[in-house]
Amino acid sequence: MILYELISYDVLRVIWWVLLGVLLIGFALTDGFDMGVGALLPFVAKTDVERRVVINTVGPVWEGNQVWFILGGGAIFAAWPPLYAVSFSGFYLAMFAVLACFILRPVGFKYRSKRESARWRSGWDWALFVGGAGPALLFGVAVGNAMLGVPFHLNDLLMPMYDGTFYGKFLGLLRPFAILSGVVSFAMLIMHGAAWLALKTEGEINARARRMGSVAGIVAIVAYALAGVWLAFGVDGFTLTSDVVANGPSNPLYSEVARGGSWLSAYAERPWIAIAPALGFLGMGLAVLGLRSRREVSTLLFSKLGILGVISSVGLTMFPFILPSTVDPASSLTVWDASSSHRTLFIMLVCALIFMPLILAYTAWVYKVLWGKVTEDDVTGSSHSY
Amino acid sequence: MELDIVELSRLQFAMTAMYHFLFVPLTLGLSILVAIMETVYVMTGRPIWRQMTKFWGTLFGINFVLGVATGITMEFQFGMNWSYYSHYVGDIFGAPLAIEGLMAFFLEATFVGLFFFGWDKLSKVAHLVVAWLVALGSNFSALWILIANGWMQNPVGAEFNPDTMRMEMTSFFDVLFNEVAQAKFVHTVSAGYVTASVFVLGVSAFYMLRGRHTRLAKRSITVAASFGLASALSVVVLGDESGYSASHTQKMKLAAIEAMWETEEAPAHFTLVGIPDKEARETHYAVHIPWAMGLIGTRSLTEEIPGINELVDEAHDRIENGIIAYDALMTIREQRDATPADVRATFEQHSEDLGFAMLLMRYTDDPRTATPEMITQAANDTIPGVFPLFWAFRIMVGLGFGFIGMMAYFFIRSSFYGQSYPRWALHAAVWLIPAPWIAAELGWFVAEFGRQPWTVDGVLPTALSVSHLSVGDLLLTLAGFVTFYSVLFIIEMGLMIKYIRKGPTEDVDETEIWEERHAARLQADPAIAAAE
Repeated sequence: MILYELISYDVLRVIWWVLLGVLLIGFALTDGFDMGVGALLPFVAKTDVERRVVINTVGPVWEGNQVWFILGGGAIFAAWPPLYAVSFSGFYLAMFAVLACFILRPVGFKYRSKRESARWRSGWDWALFVGGAGPALLFGVAVGNAMLGVPFHLNDLLMPMYDGTFYGKFLGLLRPFAILSGVVSFAMLIMHGAAWLALKTEGEINARARRMGSVAGIVAIVAYALAGVWLAFGVDGFTLTSDVVANGPSNPLYSEVARGGSWLSAYAERPWIAIAPALGFLGMGLAVLGLRSRREVSTLLFSKLGILGVISSVGLTMFPFILPSTVDPASSLTVWDASSSHRTLFIMLVCALIFMPLILAYTAWVYKVLWGKVTEDDVTGSSHSY
Repeated sequence: MELDIVELSRLQFAMTAMYHFLFVPLTLGLSILVAIMETVYVMTGRPIWRQMTKFWGTLFGINFVLGVATGITMEFQFGMNWSYYSHYVGDIFGAPLAIEGLMAFFLEATFVGLFFFGWDKLSKVAHLVVAWLVALGSNFSALWILIANGWMQNPVGAEFNPDTMRMEMTSFFDVLFNEVAQAKFVHTVSAGYVTASVFVLGVSAFYMLRGRHTRLAKRSITVAASFGLASALSVVVLGDESGYSASHTQKMKLAAIEAMWETEEAPAHFTLVGIPDKEARETHYAVHIPWAMGLIGTRSLTEEIPGINELVDEAHDRIENGIIAYDALMTIREQRDATPADVRATFEQHSEDLGFAMLLMRYTDDPRTATPEMITQAANDTIPGVFPLFWAFRIMVGLGFGFIGMMAYFFIRSSFYGQSYPRWALHAAVWLIPAPWIAAELGWFVAEFGRQPWTVDGVLPTALSVSHLSVGDLLLTLAGFVTFYSVLFIIEMGLMIKYIRKGPTEDVDETEIWEERHAARLQADPAIAAAE
């Protein structure tokens, strides 16, 4: 069967690169507010009832949202196996920390209000805080590391090997630029969580969320701008020095890569991509204004727009690189040499085209059913709430 | 056991996977049982069925969340701990995992929230649809993960690509309709249904013994026993199907499970019990049943089943062929497009045995330099641990038949003895609650331990599949998982027991008022009474 040749290999690779972005953005837009809400929980809500209100704003939806994360993992495995192999093994302990957070969070949501004890509940509140704040920070750190490049190489058998001092080491990830990107994602998701709470709650919680969210939004804008300046002056970019073979086999070692120059030269080559950071600034700026002026639905939408801009700016700036290597630039993973086979990419695209519209449709329906504010009466009056 | 990266990675994977599977079977089965109960509620309108749905739904929720949480580890662990595996077979193995996310996880996870929060927000029928969608999603996820796992056992629809140094898919349909995967899927979900049935039966028996919630408990027993009987039969039938497919796809696994050292004249006998000894290559104190093995394994009286010794000799030959393939592969990789055609042809001819040459990499970096001793050693390595497989399998099968007996007994009592159960049977049902979990874990042990020394049978050795982590990293995460998972387990069990003790919120008044009204309706309209 040569059905898959309907779409050429290079086009499929670009489509899957876009879909990778869509998944990451989908994850940040949906699960992002869960993480933000988790990180805000101990601060926006003081009493037990208040905390239950906050938890119940995400109670019915966090499970579906978290699937974006799992699907992200699965899709990277299916469409970008070398990326899956190199990144998750290289960021080993950081990944372990992220997993621990993502395990802690569902359990916290579900179990917190199943016992009366105040100690039990406050313990889970802090677990939810860690479960939300941890990944929000670490995902940014990981993205920062990807831009800096990581010290891996592929051996003769294409086995991913890491430079001994870096491999798996948590502290190796905490390079200054990576920490700054961590701050961007952390602050951005706090802002997003606050925008969600502004929509779903009222009274004191609502007011606190707005205050904290607008501060976080300003921090995110400043940190994002700083990261741009840093990229211009302090971070080496990577360039493909051999001819681009967009239809070739997925073997990173077949291409040559040089380290040097600036990532931002992409903006000279493809000026249109400036729209991404522009959207990032615009969206976050309007979200901050919205949080201050008591707008609800539009604030959440602006916050989403900002996240969309920020995440896509990273991908568009690095294109065609996905994960560059500092110690052996030739091993760097790019869109052209780190994908699955032509056939697998096609089959997965067909599956995505069938299921993504369905998923979006029923998710939208569920949000519609659950539309409206969560009040203290809802929480205390219902036996179904958390 | 030496603490090296391979052993530690295996230990961590086994631990996290088996822990995950403590929650999965109950999710698979209870999601359906709850949906069945809600269906009865929607069809009859009897409030007690809604109370049952809510009660078992609460227990389902406590269990479900840990299944979801521990499943996250599974999705990422391949990349973290098995990076060469991920690179080598990701082109095939990744696809079912991603489809699982698209088709199953979103479905169950999106609707499970609505199942708990939607009672007052949805119509009866809409809520019922939600319940079935959750059950459907859970079961779809088992389908895709078993297609992925089936491919590790029987890697069809794929070939090695020298340019990318990995296996690539040649036929999605072969991967999808892999006979091993299909048999495994039905066997596994049925095992989940049995687990949930035993659980519901056991907990209900506990209420019967205490004389609490008897109305609810009796109905629950009836549902669980009927559903459980069908499922228990299905588990054994499909387990037999798995054994049959292993006789031509995974001969070594089958021979090891049966401790069949020598090839025998067909039909081979079945060793009921015995003490297999891998060093001496014989089974001490063996009790045989003539013909049985040949019949089960090949469904014929004339087909031979190869014994372990013959399979080791076969592996020896395949390793030697594999070295030829490896040599050609190295030339192809050096010369790329300039490779002479005859080298390409040599590679094509022997590429099926490439994985066998890789077995030598435990002993030498370059298989071409292997000594005859190393080849013999590597061939011997293809025998998995016979003793544990032999016994794990027998205990699992014994439990499987036990569940048929148990379910049949409760089904008969429920159907023909007016739902009366003797106290000893109720006590037994409570004590048997853990049994299906033991059987399920042993089943996975047989499937995965029996696949050794391969991660993908005949394609990629386990020893080569790992990430290049340090022992320190692995010890740290292993300790982390053990501690973290133990704490979660204690918390989960605590909550489960708390909610079982607390029991359902049975609204007796509501039920009685309904029954009275129902009786009145029947009197008023003889047509309904006739229909009843």
